[in-house]
Amino acid sequence: MMGTLHHSGWANAGMIASIVVAATVGDVLIASAMRQIGDLDDIKAEAGLLGAIKAVVTNTRFFCGVAAMAVSFFSLLFALSHADLSLVAPASASLTVVTNTLAGKLFLKENVDKRRWLAALCVCVGVVLLAR
Amino acid sequence: MTFRRYLVLAFVSVSAPLGDTFLDVGMKRIGPVSLAHITTLFHAVSTPWVGSGIVLLIGFFASYLTALSWADLTFVLPATSFGNVIVALLARFWRHEQISLSRWIGIFLITAAVGFVTRGPSLTEHEKPVAAPDAAEVCQ
Repeated sequence: MMGTLHHSGWANAGMIASIVVAATVGDVLIASAMRQIGDLDDIKAEAGLLGAIKAVVTNTRFFCGVAAMAVSFFSLLFALSHADLSLVAPASASLTVVTNTLAGKLFLKENVDKRRWLAALCVCVGVVLLAR
Repeated sequence: MTFRRYLVLAFVSVSAPLGDTFLDVGMKRIGPVSLAHITTLFHAVSTPWVGSGIVLLIGFFASYLTALSWADLTFVLPATSFGNVIVALLARFWRHEQISLSRWIGIFLITAAVGFVTRGPSLTEHEKPVAAPDAAEVCQ
């Protein structure tokens, strides 16, 4: 059985924060890129799979998003070598939902209604419980 | 939302936690990585567990991109949070990590949040900008 790793709360919070910030920047840039490109199912129907891949990989905003996601990924690897998966993975993923809800409202102009805000609140409380 | 699109969302939910768990197995075998030896992270990518985890995460990324092309970011991301339940189950029964009652409640709340969001519309319809009236029409 694997031994449980112990680190201070601040160290865990710092590692998780770096994952979340980079992931949010990446998600917003990629979502914005996909909105620019359009429905991939439609593109695939017209130009085939290669056409859909080409439409994605030739988008500059997409590559900026991928770069931010790469930073988030290596931050995740670093965090996993120091802390438990059951803390790092849910906490970073859930906090990313909250920050993305804000970013979706502010930058992508998505319709974030009461239902989505309530969901974000539930995720916040859930993350606090996860970190205990 | 078609059945095929729900399948894409389901794959998004399952592939990410499986990939994370594979990464966890690989990184725990390598051991703690210090900032002084940060290049060890690049070596880790070539190990079987971390490599398999990356393949799963690439599958996740492809399906995630597909979903984002026909749904809002704030719709797709909470749907992926269901993966936290799968992570907890994998961590508990495969990695033998201890999951406390408070963590289980936290996971339940996150899953409930996903339920709220997925009951709403998947895509925000943005109104097309109204063209400015022609100067000649205004004069008339």
